[in-house]
Amino acid sequence: MSQPTISVEGLGKRYYLSHQKRQDTLRDSLTQQFRRLGRRLTGSGPTEPEGEEFWALRDVSFQVSQGDVVGIVGRNGAGKSTLLKLLSRITEPTTGRAVIRGRVASLLEVGTGFHPELSGRENIFLNGAILGMSRDEIRRKFDEIVAFAEVERFLDTQVKHYSSGMYVRLAFAVAAHLEPEILIVDEVLAVGDAQFQKKCLGKMSEVARDSGRTVLFVSHNTAALQAICRTGLWLQQGRVAQTGPIADCLAAYLSSGNEAATYTATNPNKPHITSVTLDRTALAQGRFRISVGFKSSTPLGRPVIGVTIFSKLGQPLAGSNGRMMGEQWTPSAMREGLIIAEIDPLPLHSDTYRVSVYLGDAGQDYDQKLEAVEFDYISPHFYPQCPPLSVIGQYDLPWKWSVEP
Amino acid sequence: MAHPDTPELVLEAGRASRNYWWDLWRYRELLGFLAWRDIKVRYKQTVLGVLWALIQPAVTLAVFTFIFGKLAAMPAGNVPYPLLVLCGLLPWQLFSAAFSNASGSLVSNTHLISKVYFPRLIVPLSSVAVALIDFAVVLVLLVALCLWWQFVPDWRVLLLPVFIALTLLTAIGTGLWLTALTVKYRDFRFVVPFLLQIGLFLSPVGFSSTNLPTWRALYSFNPMVGAIDGFRWCLLRGEPALDPLNLAISAGMAAFLLASGLWYFRHTERTFADLI
Repeated sequence: MSQPTISVEGLGKRYYLSHQKRQDTLRDSLTQQFRRLGRRLTGSGPTEPEGEEFWALRDVSFQVSQGDVVGIVGRNGAGKSTLLKLLSRITEPTTGRAVIRGRVASLLEVGTGFHPELSGRENIFLNGAILGMSRDEIRRKFDEIVAFAEVERFLDTQVKHYSSGMYVRLAFAVAAHLEPEILIVDEVLAVGDAQFQKKCLGKMSEVARDSGRTVLFVSHNTAALQAICRTGLWLQQGRVAQTGPIADCLAAYLSSGNEAATYTATNPNKPHITSVTLDRTALAQGRFRISVGFKSSTPLGRPVIGVTIFSKLGQPLAGSNGRMMGEQWTPSAMREGLIIAEIDPLPLHSDTYRVSVYLGDAGQDYDQKLEAVEFDYISPHFYPQCPPLSVIGQYDLPWKWSVEP
Repeated sequence: MAHPDTPELVLEAGRASRNYWWDLWRYRELLGFLAWRDIKVRYKQTVLGVLWALIQPAVTLAVFTFIFGKLAAMPAGNVPYPLLVLCGLLPWQLFSAAFSNASGSLVSNTHLISKVYFPRLIVPLSSVAVALIDFAVVLVLLVALCLWWQFVPDWRVLLLPVFIALTLLTAIGTGLWLTALTVKYRDFRFVVPFLLQIGLFLSPVGFSSTNLPTWRALYSFNPMVGAIDGFRWCLLRGEPALDPLNLAISAGMAAFLLASGLWYFRHTERTFADLI
């Protein structure tokens, strides 16, 4: 076995969060310099730190061998994008080192550098050059790119007149025809209509499988990850939580802890929601289970929690609350507690969903947490021939089929 | 794939790639594309289009000729006063366009800098190229005026590229300073128009620098003095004569600005994506 294509040792990236004022105007910086100088001259006190440290990435080590297709998973803020930015040389690591063997092209955003005033044809050349293609290379692949994007008729139209679908198609088409040895891709399949997403996924796996190229791929789309990647890298709070076969990493990631949010009351005298916890393990088994904590300064007679599940586009899909249940819901008065709602099985297709929760009592509502948690649901039912959800909807209901001659 | 000779790239804190200049060369096509984009977009959705590049200097020319030539009645030697002004205006416009384009270039390309790697020097350099287009348009105005006064430049015009280069190097040097500073301190956005305004008064655009016989050496610390004198010398048949010492001072200043600008730019370049 030859040397690994990418080897990363103890990579870390530190940012400073300045809490009060941003010190990005010259005056702030100057006054601070003067203060520091004054302190040094008088010899009093230590120099103050530049703000609170925040390690977006810490002690990350892994290796990728040639031809590997690595899926990177983790929650928002786990450091996935930072890792890709470091490997693409956009920013510099604070600690550690990475050795990369081969030409890298990275696609951190679809359509980087597209100019709305330029035509589709011109943007293909511009975007290609920005992504690191040579003029000859673009010219050679031009027809292929146009055919893939399905924009032949609009090639000489300014991109600002394109529909968003056309824009994304064109942008992805350019990127899909890159031919680097190492391809770094960040969450770019989250855009475009379902048909085109499918086409892109197909292209991605073709690129990954047939050409022996090394690919690093970040996505929240677990189905796509499973289809394309062989290896997984799970990041948690800036550190590597697990590496190994993609299926193992995904399983571990999806069942890791709960999707949770905690809240501090703005007005502690008013009854309020203290926590919202989504049970990940239940989700992985195809059940929906959410616990909502609440607190009140006076006992809350017959506390009521409402829960509504929304599609990722914000369309309400299903909701319920204790009040609706009437005589079935008769808890005693309490100051604080945890109310649990469950749907078993959860009749939804695999997608991203959001949940809003509400707190009230028999008569009125007190508190609400809109879009308190968001989750990626992987349905235990897998339909290889599933049409896009924009066509058939989000619900996976227990259909019964029969024929009559 | 994975040839034994594939380049090995090491990413580490403080290790700005050793093959930076080689990278810059490899990305030269991108430089061309970015310049081409800016040129294409510059006059889109304007009615008068590229005429704008002509209107501005033409009006300035008329105003300066009136103020310095008529009101102040400054001497122009054997040259029609408007020609004298235009030969000052040409390098000044080139400088001011190149300088202000370069100064704003990084911040206006934020989306590129935070999403793609390439040697960042490409951004200010490509923006300077755009200024050359407007410059070429104003040259047409010069040819027209020369025809009008039947004024034919002599062999010295062949040395004009030297002074165009001096102007551009000055613009790049100062532009690199300001664009890198603007990434961190947006204050410098306000400094650019201010500097240009002051610079216009401190450069011999509307009059000949021979009007200041005693101060000329000190005056030449403004590199644009050398550039403007040079333009006049090339285009106006060697009049006023060039003083080698003053020219050397201007060229030295331009070189110093360029070297220090490059140094500061390279020094801060690694943090651009984090700050912008």
